Amino acid sequence: MDNQLTLDRVTIAYDGVSAVADVSFALPEGDIGCLLGPSGCGKTSLLRAIAGFEPVAAGAISLRGQTISTPQYAQAPEERAVGMVFQDFALFPHLSVSDNIGFGLAQGNADERRARIAEMLDLVGLANEIERYPHELSGGQQQRVALARALAPNPKILLLDEPFSNLDSVRRSQLAGEIRALLKRSKVTALLVTHDQDEAFAMADQIVLLNHGRVDQIGTPRELYQRPATLFAADFIGAGNLIDIDIDAAGNLDAGWGKLTSSQWPEQCAGRIKLLLRPDVVVFDDHAGHQLNIVEKIFQGANHLYQLALPDGQTVACLAPSDIDQPIGDSLPVRFDLDQAVVFSGGA
Amino acid sequence: MEITTHAAIAPRDSRQRPSWRNLATLVTALLALPVLVILSSLLQPFSAAWQHLYSTVLGDYVANSLLLVAGVGVGTLLLGVSAAWLTALCEFPGRKLLSWALLLPMAMPAYIIAYTYTGLLDLTGPMQSGLRQVFGWSYGDYYFPEIRSLGGAICMLSLVLYPYVYLLARVAFAGQSEAILEASRNLGKGPWQSFFWVSLPMARPAIAAGLSLALMETLADYGTVAYFGVSTFTTGIFRTWYGLDELTTAAQLCALLLLFVFALILLERESRRRLRFHQSTVRGTPKLLVLRGWRAPLASVFGTAIVVLGFVLPALQLVYWAASRWRYNFNRDFGELLFNSFTLATAAAIACLLVALLLAYTKRRFNARRERSQVEIANLGYAVPGTVIAVGIMAPAGWLDQQIDTLSSAWFNYPTGLLLSGTVGILLFAYVVRFLSVSLQSVESGLTAIKPNIDESARSLGASPLQVLGRIHLPLLRPSLLTALLLVFVDVLKELPTTLILRPFNFNTLAVRTYELASDERLVDAALPALAIVATALLPVLLIIRTMLHERRPHG
Repeated sequence: MDNQLTLDRVTIAYDGVSAVADVSFALPEGDIGCLLGPSGCGKTSLLRAIAGFEPVAAGAISLRGQTISTPQYAQAPEERAVGMVFQDFALFPHLSVSDNIGFGLAQGNADERRARIAEMLDLVGLANEIERYPHELSGGQQQRVALARALAPNPKILLLDEPFSNLDSVRRSQLAGEIRALLKRSKVTALLVTHDQDEAFAMADQIVLLNHGRVDQIGTPRELYQRPATLFAADFIGAGNLIDIDIDAAGNLDAGWGKLTSSQWPEQCAGRIKLLLRPDVVVFDDHAGHQLNIVEKIFQGANHLYQLALPDGQTVACLAPSDIDQPIGDSLPVRFDLDQAVVFSGGA
Repeated sequence: MEITTHAAIAPRDSRQRPSWRNLATLVTALLALPVLVILSSLLQPFSAAWQHLYSTVLGDYVANSLLLVAGVGVGTLLLGVSAAWLTALCEFPGRKLLSWALLLPMAMPAYIIAYTYTGLLDLTGPMQSGLRQVFGWSYGDYYFPEIRSLGGAICMLSLVLYPYVYLLARVAFAGQSEAILEASRNLGKGPWQSFFWVSLPMARPAIAAGLSLALMETLADYGTVAYFGVSTFTTGIFRTWYGLDELTTAAQLCALLLLFVFALILLERESRRRLRFHQSTVRGTPKLLVLRGWRAPLASVFGTAIVVLGFVLPALQLVYWAASRWRYNFNRDFGELLFNSFTLATAAAIACLLVALLLAYTKRRFNARRERSQVEIANLGYAVPGTVIAVGIMAPAGWLDQQIDTLSSAWFNYPTGLLLSGTVGILLFAYVVRFLSVSLQSVESGLTAIKPNIDESARSLGASPLQVLGRIHLPLLRPSLLTALLLVFVDVLKELPTTLILRPFNFNTLAVRTYELASDERLVDAALPALAIVATALLPVLLIIRTMLHERRPHG
């Protein structure tokens, strides 16, 4: 499989201060990538550089093997064949839905144009709104028009800038799934920018996690969740608690919690380590020996999310079925499924 | 609790409601009277004078008015849109300074700029004298465009009316977020294509709204076309009125002119309606296009040239003239002119404000269809040319005077003469009809900022309705009220045709005196009163500039 998009040590600077430094990654044809990170991590700058709206200070961006951005050369945005769905959709308010979608199509053959517009409207399920204007549409409909408009000229890659930030949270997860299915169906290579890990998980084949303008980790959603490479990744992705705990040379955790495998803990030296415990690592078990004190309890429908205090005062989260209903102050019997735990050495 | 409060309020309301509501309706009916009188003149028989007009000059009136409107339309569009686009979306030296300086020509009434350019470009003016001296020509040796012509009038009006287009187009361009233009680039359109396919169409309703305002002023203009000897509707109405003494025919001409005005009103309404949909909800301000090479100085020169031609040059000419005859003209008579004008303008501003408050408050309080349409009707006055209003008032006032005089003579054997016609009261009424909308828009925009729940919270904290007015509304409204007073004050000061027709005998204002002196070819003497008008007219322009600069500051 060829790489559709390649970034090679890209740096983007504003007034000499770099917002993005040394970012490299490649996106295979047909994949959906995601730039994930907190606000201000430079992910939108990267997207804009790919679209041709920001110059790069160092490095190179290429599309299907053709270089489109270097410090010396920048192909004009209109020549890149990069589709973009803007954060606020940026629909043209003076054009109808069909004219918005047809905006990027060649003037040539009117029949072809009409056919392509109809095809796009079908794709996003807006065939009945063809003559309406953007202000007459709901937020979700506007987003689908923006998507259809960007896809109509058959771009080499589709960029989506925080595509769900303008929608209410109930619609988000639903739409993310719909759009992923739609992009996969049309075999479009896409790159999404978001600060929301749920969106990233729902949409992406590959996530590029950014922190302070640098790549923190690249991997599938599952890899990032289960094997975060850095403390930042562990903290930013997924719920969970980082606790400090003692370990002996054989890998046995303090207080008889269990034993880590050598793959989890390659260093094999006794001392204090940092351990990431996701809520699904701490499991409710009636027969377990550990009784931890309940300090907080949140009802989540199917589950209760408990915060449990360790004897030394650190807390861990535990996701238990909602019929396990213990009052705050009581204790909860738990065991630790340590094969899902992640070790960060050099604990305090 | 709910029930008792309502019960306590209800009886008082039912007592108050009819009186205020009916007063507002009565006032609106009075305001609509002049236009209704004009329209009803169409039902009267067309006299022999009309036949004469029809076969001789009416064609000229229509053709010249249309040519004038078309010419000023093209002129204000070219100047206004290009200046707005440059200052809102491009970066070049002097952009910030020009973006507000381009509003200065608003302070220059069209008839005054016409006088100054006549002085500059006439046969004996410095321009032609200089040419003759330098090249050794004498009169007739060379071609020089005649300023006192239809083309000249188009240039003069375009130079001072383009700010309407500029102001609205600029807001529209500046509000176009960068993302919209980027979306266009992203979809394969270059910068110029993006301008013509996206920027310009998105700004079109704003441009059309500004254009319709400029064209309304063009149709209403009397001073410029009269001075340049161009036969248009307004000069025709004056001629029919004073020359032929044909009141009905003049009114019928006015009615015809109103048809053109209504077309412009429709254009403006439609544009403003569409304006709401053309505003994108996308956040962010546009990134400025940095002009490079020869383009940047060209943009600076272009903008500067407009400001110099539309304001600086005529203003300097006025100052020069006024200074040259300062000792001779700065005297008691000038003091009287100032006093007359300022008193009249102050009285009109207060009258407009009171009526505006009545209409705006009844609309806010009852907000029924009746109140809303009253405000709509009152707002139409700004579109009606002053000449039309004057004729529409003259006719019923004359008729009423005559009736009173007849009755009085018959019953008391005491002829009253003209009680209403030629009084300051009638003149003030005409100003209210014409300029009320200026007040009303100010007051209404201030009032909409005070949400009804503010009243309710004040009432629930124990304030009486009067206290709500004094402690909440007045402080919040003060800027709007002052703006309303200032705008009407200046409009009245600049106003020419209405004052010319309706003023009391021998009652002179700055505008009328300027016009008379210029008509007598005493341009140099006309400069002092003209300068007084321009200086005062600068005040509201400065107010707009201040608002504009304040709005620019936030958003980095």
